[in-house]
Amino acid sequence: MATYIHALYNDDDRLIDGAKKVREQGFPIKEVFSPFPVHGIDKVMGLSRTRISICCFIYGCTGFLLAFWMIWYMLVKDWPIDIGGKPNFTWYHNIPSWIPVLFEATIFCSAHGMALTLLFRSWLFPGVTPKNPDPRTTDDHFLMVLPAQNEEDELKLIATANATGAVEVKRVHA
Amino acid sequence: MAHYESNIREPLLLGKKTYHQITEDVARPVEGKANKYWWMLLTLSVIAWIWGIWCMAYCVGRGIGTWGLNRTIFWGWDITNFVWWIGIGHAGTLISAVLCLFRQRWRLTINRSAEAMTIFAVMCAAIFPVLHMGRPWLAYFVFPLPNQFGSLWVNFNSPLLWDVFAISTYFTVSLVFWYLGLIPDFAMIRDRAVSKGRKLFYKLLSFGWSGRAKDWQRYEEVSLVLAGIATPLVFSVHSIVSSDFATGVVRGWHSTIYPPYFVAGAIFSGMAMVLTLVIIGRKVLNLEEYITIQHIDTMNRVMLTMGAVVGIAYFVEFFMAWYSGDPNESFIYLSWNNAKGVYGWAFWSLIICNMALPQLLWVKKFRRNLYITFILSIVINIGMWFERFCIIVTDLYRDYIPSDWTYYSPTYVEVGTYVGTIGMFFTFFLVFARWFPFIAQAELKTTLKATGDLYHNPPRQLPRKEEVLMPQNA
Repeated sequence: MATYIHALYNDDDRLIDGAKKVREQGFPIKEVFSPFPVHGIDKVMGLSRTRISICCFIYGCTGFLLAFWMIWYMLVKDWPIDIGGKPNFTWYHNIPSWIPVLFEATIFCSAHGMALTLLFRSWLFPGVTPKNPDPRTTDDHFLMVLPAQNEEDELKLIATANATGAVEVKRVHA
Repeated sequence: MAHYESNIREPLLLGKKTYHQITEDVARPVEGKANKYWWMLLTLSVIAWIWGIWCMAYCVGRGIGTWGLNRTIFWGWDITNFVWWIGIGHAGTLISAVLCLFRQRWRLTINRSAEAMTIFAVMCAAIFPVLHMGRPWLAYFVFPLPNQFGSLWVNFNSPLLWDVFAISTYFTVSLVFWYLGLIPDFAMIRDRAVSKGRKLFYKLLSFGWSGRAKDWQRYEEVSLVLAGIATPLVFSVHSIVSSDFATGVVRGWHSTIYPPYFVAGAIFSGMAMVLTLVIIGRKVLNLEEYITIQHIDTMNRVMLTMGAVVGIAYFVEFFMAWYSGDPNESFIYLSWNNAKGVYGWAFWSLIICNMALPQLLWVKKFRRNLYITFILSIVINIGMWFERFCIIVTDLYRDYIPSDWTYYSPTYVEVGTYVGTIGMFFTFFLVFARWFPFIAQAELKTTLKATGDLYHNPPRQLPRKEEVLMPQNA
């Protein structure tokens, strides 16, 4: 059974301060729950940069290619027609008037692909049970979850949390 | 302090707000009971909507012969309303995406309601082209479906099809952008909920959001990239709407100035609608300390700028029509012949509402006056409606053959459909203001220390840092 120290702060700057002190002593930070994005906490925790914008770029390229293939197939390959003496028998003669649809399809796939990636990676769906241990962390409190190996570590972590201005420190067995 | 902000700037959040106070203020309308004004407005809106539904049903049952259109004037109120609603939607995306890229902090208290406005406005807009099809049950023909459904594929060289793609992309992307922003705020309401029903309702809506550091990191990246994507999207949508006209061969419509001019007009009318909604919203929901006079002033400045762009576009259209020396061009919507003609009333409404009256906003006193701003915001929306009416009807009514010259008046079915969409819009907006957090509180809290009055002017009684940082514990 692992033991965790839950250090609850009521200010984001103190949270950062506390997190830095914990990391300086060589302890890992398991999780931080906050009511809004605290800038810089990911670096202190040692989280790697998110790659979600790279996904977005790939989805956008996919959308562009799919739309290009769709328009080419429908207008050039499958059923070419000559409207007003402007035939669509070749893609390179028609491409200027395809730009709007190509653009919109790129945006469509990149935006929705990225949003879905966020939902899947962070597992956000209707009915999912929230994981924040304290309901105050969506209001004005910031919770740091610190794993402790032994009693000595526990005492050190509690002391650090108290010294950096935590308003509540709890020992939790999970 | 997380952000540095010059003390010379006035605080954007008045009334010594703390993180917890923001939570309380945003949750109050959601947790409280609606007052009688809310019920009155809702009743009115629902009645208008029901009348609209009746008119729409009548139109679908009997065909668009129930409208006042004729062979010369084949587009009337219907497409006017479509362009008007789409235009209104644009300010929401401008505020949430473009101003996000420009790091404008004043957007944070109005972006949520502006985005809601976008979504409801686009829903209203979509009704009109579908009704104009005459047989709305065949509306799926606009999608690229295989031949078995018809005789041909859709034509990707047509601006009307571009519209289908642009508007469906715009609507769905705006919806996702808006909903992602709502998730942490729903979580806040969920964690405060006392009753079981409310807890379950907001648990479903909040998608199990718990505010972990990695979730926030992804969330922020997604918000930023979505803002970057939505910015060209919003410009493309109204450019494409303008192409419905600009790529046509009707004189007056066939104009290269249309795309930028339509985008500016869209933001102009959208800002006016945001002001109308926000001026009522801040009063009814007691959010005067969040949506301050300074916010109203800033929005008025954006509106004035866009009004100036639109005004210059009018002037250019007028000048080029005259300068071309073409007798056909001298009958376009911005020309002396139109000003003196049977549609002169529409021409002058456009000029007075969109060019003359908005000039009042050059005066700071007027920009900061709620009554004048409120009246002007409605005047501008009327003016922008007349702009589309003039473009559509008064470019058509003097056709190439004088025997085709005619006049057009809407029937009650067309008026009813329009009033119905206004009813639908306000019904949705009122429901939104009641059950959804009206202000993006999570995002707002990130800038509290930079823009809050408490941190700009710390109270003299509490000189110690500790007490300023946690006032509710002091």
